[in-house]
Amino acid sequence: MSALAFKNITSTAVPLGIDNVDTDQIIPARYLKAVTRGDFGKNLFADWRYNSDGSINKDFILNNPIYEGQILLTGKNFGCGSSREHAAWALSDYGFKVILSSHFADIFKNNALNNGILPIQISEEIIANLLKLVSSKPETKFIVDLDKQIFSTVDKSITENFQINAFKKECMLKGYDSIDYLINLRDKVERYEGRKVG
Amino acid sequence: MKGKTLFDKIWDSHVVHSIPEGPDVLYIDRHYIHEVTSPQAFDGLGRRKVKVFRPRQTTATADHNVPTINQHLEVKDLLSRTQLDKLKENCDNHDIELYDLNHEFNGIVHVIGPELGYTQPGMTIVCGDSHTSTHGAFGAIAFGIGTSEVEMVLATQTILQYKPLRMRINVEGTIQKGVTSKDIILYIIQTLGVDGSTGYFVEYAGSVIRSMSMEGRMTVCNMSIEMGARGGLIAPDGITEKYIKNRQFSKGKIDYIDYKTDDNATFDKEVSIDISTLEPIVTYGTNPAMSIPISKGIPKLENLNENDRESLSKSLRYMGFRSGQRIEGEKVSYIFIGSCTNGRIEDLRDAAKILKGRKVADNVTVWIVPGSNQVALQAKQEGLDKIFSDAGAAMRQPGCSACLAMNDDKVPAGEICIATSNRNFEGRQGVGAKTILSSPLTAAASAVTGIITDPRVFL
Ligand code: SF4
Repeated sequence: MSALAFKNITSTAVPLGIDNVDTDQIIPARYLKAVTRGDFGKNLFADWRYNSDGSINKDFILNNPIYEGQILLTGKNFGCGSSREHAAWALSDYGFKVILSSHFADIFKNNALNNGILPIQISEEIIANLLKLVSSKPETKFIVDLDKQIFSTVDKSITENFQINAFKKECMLKGYDSIDYLINLRDKVERYEGRKVG
Repeated sequence: MKGKTLFDKIWDSHVVHSIPEGPDVLYIDRHYIHEVTSPQAFDGLGRRKVKVFRPRQTTATADHNVPTINQHLEVKDLLSRTQLDKLKENCDNHDIELYDLNHEFNGIVHVIGPELGYTQPGMTIVCGDSHTSTHGAFGAIAFGIGTSEVEMVLATQTILQYKPLRMRINVEGTIQKGVTSKDIILYIIQTLGVDGSTGYFVEYAGSVIRSMSMEGRMTVCNMSIEMGARGGLIAPDGITEKYIKNRQFSKGKIDYIDYKTDDNATFDKEVSIDISTLEPIVTYGTNPAMSIPISKGIPKLENLNENDRESLSKSLRYMGFRSGQRIEGEKVSYIFIGSCTNGRIEDLRDAAKILKGRKVADNVTVWIVPGSNQVALQAKQEGLDKIFSDAGAAMRQPGCSACLAMNDDKVPAGEICIATSNRNFEGRQGVGAKTILSSPLTAAASAVTGIITDPRVFL
């Protein structure tokens, strides 16, 4: 999947706030049987969103109509577990463009970036404050400015810088396809193979 | 001059190109694929109109959603069958070797790679599966990737990767009776935490690791990902060489001597762990770091900080356990012995050691699932299958099975399963299923009694 160019966004946020959300929770294994890219959004957090009889679990945050938006606020170590890219697809298909956590599992982070989702890593304290803020004022809007690397409330009362590797940032902003980039390096790869023994 | 770590030596020798302020273009020696995370990657190739660049360096197997009985029949589940058919079609179109269902080399991707000799010291290895870290046991850089990256490797035999930090975990001490490599890695994960190695590539060292068999080392490296590590590796030695000698596709003798960390090399983080007083370990919660020695109680909520208290209560609610309680003696209804963590011949031997001459309890369903057809064959040659069926737990056919329950081997909601796999996440073994991770010894002992049992009573 080539990443689409990432535009600045202004959106409310959903305060999930759970630590160690693993990819089996983001999308359970039984939904991994598709052979095409399809729509994985309907099964995002399936076991939390739906009761065992298929009805909506009203207690789960995504089902609370007062919260919506393209930003997901999560606890630490988001996306741990399996390498399934379906987790990133499900989040993206559902409509999330930005995920905030105090830290992300490595494979998930790559999968997110490869699908145009921006994983923003900020401190646990700030996450905790944001969770409180959004829980009490769900209407709070945030601006994500990737170019300036700033996450802020619209009124700028909270303004946080975030880090992102220069190369990844460029790829996201321009929507570059890294596979095309590598295909164009084929000469170098063949030269490398010639050097390689065994 | 500053020395280099084993990890750096392998990584640096595979860098095709370094992007300034960006990732490295890393050459991949071996790529493993399976039915679940590859179809969309092949679709991507189709859209780009490119073929697989180096098909000889990719090996495919059907493992994640295959049934573990009657594999000679057509796969009943339509979606699974479609995925398996798609894998075959893609492999045919791109000239990739596939060990499909019923092939003598079929099995779980991380079991067959090493046993067939594809996995070799000094290699870079990737697969669209997080437990690719298993192959690090041979002194290889092996890590899991997403489907976009599978497409990347199929198209270019390279991958864009940032070099992780280096961590070394030294494991020392004397291993007590009833303690296995599984207990050791569960203990390491419990000590470091589920995110204790995020951003790092781990080298396991120390006398305990050196004394382990290749199977034991694979179990350790396999679970590196459960503490967030990019991967885990172990320097190859005589034990490694002995294992890979005479394997089907081994290239013959390897100069494993080159593959070690220099004495004066430094790590970004170094940890020492003593396992001398370790006893068999079981998990009680919903991530692999939530574990305790089998004779001890679950941590008390009041002893934890606010954050940890919250995640522990959430886990205990799911598992139906109380803070502070002991879980030894709790009733179980399912036992799963298998997976890429503990589905190898030594694991089946461990299970057989306990099941020999005994019967499994009436109230339990036992799934013994070999990691591959080769493992199954060996088990039969050693008479283990007979021991299992005499005990009332016939050995099944290979596959991932109840490790992620994509096939029919699902644990029903509310039931407790002792599993030798690697993840006790909510619903991992079926919606509402409760998983307790343990070694094959502990799982087999619990199969006999029907309650969570310390295997030492049978040893
Ligand atoms: S056995 Fe489990 S962990 Fe291993 S490859 Fe299969 S599903 Fe993944």
